[in-house]
Amino acid sequence: MNAQAPVAAKPSTAHSAVRFVLPLIVFAAGLAAWEIVVRLREIPPYVLPAPSVIFLTLIKDWAVLSQSLATTLLTTLEGFAAASIGGIALALLFNQSKWVEYSLFPYAVVLQVTPVIAVAPLLLIYLEQQTAVVVCAFIVAFFPVLSNTTLGLNSVDRNLAGLFQLYGASKPQTLRFLKLPAALPYILGGLRIAGGLSLIGAVVAEIAAGTAGAGSGLAYRIAESGYRLNIPRMFAALLLLSLAGIVIYGVLALISHLVLRRWHESALGKET
Amino acid sequence: MSSVKPSSGVEASLTALAVSLRDVTKVYDNGVMALGPLDLAVRKGEFISLLGPSGCGKSTALRLIAGLTAASSGTVRVSRHEGEMQIGHGIGFVFQEPTLMPWTSVRENVRLPLKLGGIPKAEGRARADAALASVGLADFADAFPRELSGGMKMRVSLARALVTDPDILLMDEPFAALDEITRFRLNNDLLALWRSLGKTVIFVTHSVFESVYLSQRVVVMTARPGRILADIRIETVEPRGEEFRTSAAYSDYCRRVSAALAPSYAGQLTL
Repeated sequence: MNAQAPVAAKPSTAHSAVRFVLPLIVFAAGLAAWEIVVRLREIPPYVLPAPSVIFLTLIKDWAVLSQSLATTLLTTLEGFAAASIGGIALALLFNQSKWVEYSLFPYAVVLQVTPVIAVAPLLLIYLEQQTAVVVCAFIVAFFPVLSNTTLGLNSVDRNLAGLFQLYGASKPQTLRFLKLPAALPYILGGLRIAGGLSLIGAVVAEIAAGTAGAGSGLAYRIAESGYRLNIPRMFAALLLLSLAGIVIYGVLALISHLVLRRWHESALGKET
Repeated sequence: MSSVKPSSGVEASLTALAVSLRDVTKVYDNGVMALGPLDLAVRKGEFISLLGPSGCGKSTALRLIAGLTAASSGTVRVSRHEGEMQIGHGIGFVFQEPTLMPWTSVRENVRLPLKLGGIPKAEGRARADAALASVGLADFADAFPRELSGGMKMRVSLARALVTDPDILLMDEPFAALDEITRFRLNNDLLALWRSLGKTVIFVTHSVFESVYLSQRVVVMTARPGRILADIRIETVEPRGEEFRTSAAYSDYCRRVSAALAPSYAGQLTL
């Protein structure tokens, strides 16, 4: 079993290197083509800035942009934390009582299917701006956590449940030692989706709030730069948003992998 | 149902019963009569097999004894040590599948019943290691279930059932999914454990050969609703080993048990 690992490791590292390098090559080729087209056709920066100009803008405006990035990331993080805690807690509550589940689940669905961009302006009327933005991020992100956790809690092996019953496990024991570990892969999957969605929620709310003026997140910078025809800064802010999204996903995927790597199929290599 | 030896007197035979079922029936929620009425008495230290066609209620009988489901009528009695609180009511259960928690080590899987019973961690770990050693898996305590073969997983499951030192071991077709060579080895190891530990074993199987090889008594059941069709005592030179498997006495018993089992399948030709 363990002896196979070094043998299997070689092709898998080569394979993952290819998976890492290929998208980078595509990225570099795309950037080069973009740069060349802009230079050859002499497209002005307020129509389409070259990648080099965007990069220079990023450095030049770093003071402003980094502060906006911090604001947006904080909103995302707060929304994500609220969605994670709220989603898992509600799923646990549903799992303990069918009555609660039947009473509340339809509203969770309503919250999910109503487009958040349409809800954001209303929230901005009734809530303080910073709160409204976080609530938007929460609304978008919490449903995947709720539904995945519910699915996980209901996927417990019947015989294992019987075993816990045989040995007289209490409800808290069954929850802690059986249901939560069994649901963990599902919960982590839900969190991975929620991470990206809370960024989207934060951006949507910032854009909706944009004209109110007080906001200073990245989405607000994009809207503001648009009014001023500062197209390179729009791109620079967009680039930062993408990077933030990638980092959030990467961190959550890494956590999920580290937690599950010893036992769950999703985190195992093909041969082991 | 007269196989309980009256030789040691009525009083003694009553106290020596590990499990007794009286007029037990089980009706499922959908109205299907699954079991019974069933009468069964198992003496302490006895190794018996419940043999019958699929769906005859053998597993249901086992779950009734374990207290995992309630009987619709009749009484189920399981003997217990007086005054002493036993984890899992003195019963160990081995399921058809290994039923291990994939997220934790083999040692933690075996320690689970003790953990649920509030035994301190250090003592629990020591007992889990001892149970693993008894099934020949001392070196695999830190492995995860997915790193083990099917036979080894079943051994872990057996170690977990033994870790509470139960009086009664209930086994629900535990080796049905294993290849023949592995099953033979586990049969021999189970017999050795039974001889050294002196537990009462109730073993559910649909294999005539396995039931005859392992048990002192083979209880043959009818198709649903499961009732007892025959109760055949297997008497041979103990301890049994591979030579019993190839002996004439063994094939005679297999023939007798197969003949007893035949009526159970007669009604199923239309299936």
